[in-house]
Amino acid sequence: MKLKPMILAVTLAVLLPWSAYAAEYRQVQTEQSAIQFGYQQMGVAMEGTFNRFTAQLNFDPDQPASAKASVEVDLTSIDTGSAEGDEEVAGKPWLNTPVFPTARFAASSIKALGDNRFEAAGQLTIKGKTQDVVIPATFKAQGKTGMFEGQFTLRRADFALGEGAWAAFDVVANEIQIRFRIAASAGE
Amino acid sequence: MTTNYTAVAKTLHWLMAIMIFGLLALGFYMADLPASPQKLQFYSWHKWAGVTIFLLVLFRLAWRVTHQPPPLPEQMPKLLQFAAHAGHALLYLLMIVIPLSGWLMSSANGFQTVWFGVLPIPDLLEKNRELGKVLQTVHFSLNVVLIVVLIGHIGAALKHHFIDRDDVLTRMLPFHPTGKAS
Repeated sequence: MKLKPMILAVTLAVLLPWSAYAAEYRQVQTEQSAIQFGYQQMGVAMEGTFNRFTAQLNFDPDQPASAKASVEVDLTSIDTGSAEGDEEVAGKPWLNTPVFPTARFAASSIKALGDNRFEAAGQLTIKGKTQDVVIPATFKAQGKTGMFEGQFTLRRADFALGEGAWAAFDVVANEIQIRFRIAASAGE
Repeated sequence: MTTNYTAVAKTLHWLMAIMIFGLLALGFYMADLPASPQKLQFYSWHKWAGVTIFLLVLFRLAWRVTHQPPPLPEQMPKLLQFAAHAGHALLYLLMIVIPLSGWLMSSANGFQTVWFGVLPIPDLLEKNRELGKVLQTVHFSLNVVLIVVLIGHIGAALKHHFIDRDDVLTRMLPFHPTGKAS
């Protein structure tokens, strides 16, 4: 074996894993991403999705402290599972989408918890109300694509979701589980 | 020969009669309500009661098979006797398929049934809005048929009592003394 190709091979073998590590994930792949929600309605588990959202991301798993993340959800794209439900939640007592069409999450700090787990603290704004939230997520890189997955619970009363007759929790529970899967590819 | 219904048969008859009238009224009323927590509550109650009726009718059928009901009056024309048996068979059939159609419709519309908010009943169908709409029409139509058959059922019972003057109606009444039928 000639020396030159061998040096090249060794160099590549050493450098490649390192360059993979150094990747910063910032191209969000919306087609492979999803944001869903779940809640209890008189003991019945209900599921829904948001069909449109955008996310900005600068995330290097080795330097979570300098990572940036924000998500904007188009609330008019909500799918509650029924046409009647979609119509109802767009109205004033719920999301009031004509006035507040977007929900926003902006992370102010991201920290690593080890074992592929991270935690994003930041502000969640829905219907003009802002709350501090901490969102846990796992991050797994597969090739050039990184996948964030996680879930957290918000209380709809904190955001005035379901006013008037809907305010009581006996029919629609206060807790709403938000589950997300956000795929991002590594930028150059 | 039996001349009266068992207390169990009478209890089931009247209990289910009350439930069926309540469910029919609630079902037609709630469907056109605007969205509200009350409406969701009505739907849940309707579904819980529907599951209960379905279980009751299975028990009632088992009881009916093992406890022979009193025969129809001998003087009744054969054609009317046949109509009476066919009507009863149809009522049993409707009491089974109407809750089933409601269950399927809920499954297809993506609203699982959780009995009394505690016991989840498995969804028989995958969520499918188009199928859900079809099943909604099926559930509605079956109930229209039920109303027609019930009118016939009640009309026939009243005819027995007021025109034929036999005991076909009174022998189903709760306090009709056992064994004293004419």
